Amino acid sequence: MTTAILPKVPVIRRGFRLQFEPVQNCHVLLYPEGMIKLNDSASEIFQQIDGSRSVGQIIVALRERFPDAPGIDEDILAFMEVASAQFWIELR
Amino acid sequence: MLSSGSSFAKPGHEAGPPLWLLAELTYRCPLQCPYCSNPLDFAQQGAELSTAEWIEVFRQARGLGAAQLGFSGGEPLVRQDLAELIKAARDLGYYTNLITSGIGLTEARIAEFAEAGLDHIQISFQAADEEVNNLLAGSKKAFAHKLAMARAVKAHGYPMVLNFVTHRHNIDNIERIIELCLELEADFVELATCQFYGWAELNRAGLLPTRAQLERAERITHQWRDKLAAENNPCKLIFVTPDYYEERPKACMNGWGNLFLDITPDGTALPCHSARQLPVQFPNVREHSIEHIWRHSFGFNRFRGDDWMPEPCRSCDEKHKDLGGCRCQAFMLTGDASNADPVCSKSAHHGVILAARQQADEAPLGLGDLQYRNDKASRIICKA
Ligand code: SF4
Ligand code: SF4
Repeated sequence: MTTAILPKVPVIRRGFRLQFEPVQNCHVLLYPEGMIKLNDSASEIFQQIDGSRSVGQIIVALRERFPDAPGIDEDILAFMEVASAQFWIELR
Repeated sequence: MLSSGSSFAKPGHEAGPPLWLLAELTYRCPLQCPYCSNPLDFAQQGAELSTAEWIEVFRQARGLGAAQLGFSGGEPLVRQDLAELIKAARDLGYYTNLITSGIGLTEARIAEFAEAGLDHIQISFQAADEEVNNLLAGSKKAFAHKLAMARAVKAHGYPMVLNFVTHRHNIDNIERIIELCLELEADFVELATCQFYGWAELNRAGLLPTRAQLERAERITHQWRDKLAAENNPCKLIFVTPDYYEERPKACMNGWGNLFLDITPDGTALPCHSARQLPVQFPNVREHSIEHIWRHSFGFNRFRGDDWMPEPCRSCDEKHKDLGGCRCQAFMLTGDASNADPVCSKSAHHGVILAARQQADEAPLGLGDLQYRNDKASRIICKA
């Protein structure tokens, strides 16, 4: 797991949209002709991505919100890797 | 016509929400593709839904959970109210997809749709080869215009899906097709062997590739996928094979009335865009609410669950995997929509699939023998 991405700013790629769906009672990621249902932790992280906060800042914010969650840093770093490998987000 | 009160819902069977709404805005289209999935009698269909009627459909379907909305046709650009429909759908929270041949698209409309909130544009091509493409599309100017429009779509920052319908006359050019898509910076490339419904079924003998052609195309696609991954290129290649070379059918539409809701130009609601040909009465949004249509109508419950299955599906241990395959294919090739999809090697009618494979190897029709989709042919083939 790399910490080199800590100062990078994640941005949701154009054409992808995060949205809460009441009927499915969860957040989904929408993209051309497709949709992925997100679990609770993925949607918490996604909601932090605003195009200005860095990965490091997102970790701090989520640590504050979920002080009792163990291993939150690794979870967030792993998420960022998967999400950028899937081309859902860009790390700038 | 059924009264709105009656319900054909199956006890114990819970259908999922209609996450995907396909709005077939019009059957009008300037092209004449010989594999068009529109019904053979398209020239005799009823009046198109109005702007207000469409928006009401979007509102109700959204309430049931629809999140993806595809604008298609025919050629949806023919509708002058398209920007208004896009805006209404986007305001309701849909992810909006425009599925177009590119004919009728202009820079001004691309900008207008972006303003209205359109999320994505898919352009369909018939081949990377200009001559084959124009012949298949029945238009000489089509190809150059499409390329220009694909570039404009990217210039406006939209994500772009390029859809190439492949068949025996263009599938050997797959490498050129992929190269063209990369040059146009497509985000997704769908290489879909045409499905044999509607006009394609009429032309099957002239379109079905041989197994060797398919295997070669799939191998080349795999090589390109590896190459793209190595270069960290975000373009995704999606390869769809025709099920004529399988021994088990696909779970068509992820199950009957389970995910997908198609509204045709005159408001008829279908569980799949080719279902209109089935001898099943389908409801119309002019007479019933979307909720009634989805949950309670006869048509949408007709093939839900598995109580409708005859043998060999009834006692088959794979029936929850493929749900007996495609109802339209069963109907077209066996005459009974309840039968097992003849793609299945357990089907008593599997011979028709074997014969089609053999025909593809032996006696293909040339391009000039294809029946092109146009009004005249529609009227000749489908006597009212
Ligand atoms: S398949 Fe071809 S003819 Fe049919 S609607 Fe599409 S573009 Fe028009
Ligand atoms: S017999 Fe019917 S259920 Fe069984 S595999 Fe074949 S199509 Fe599917």
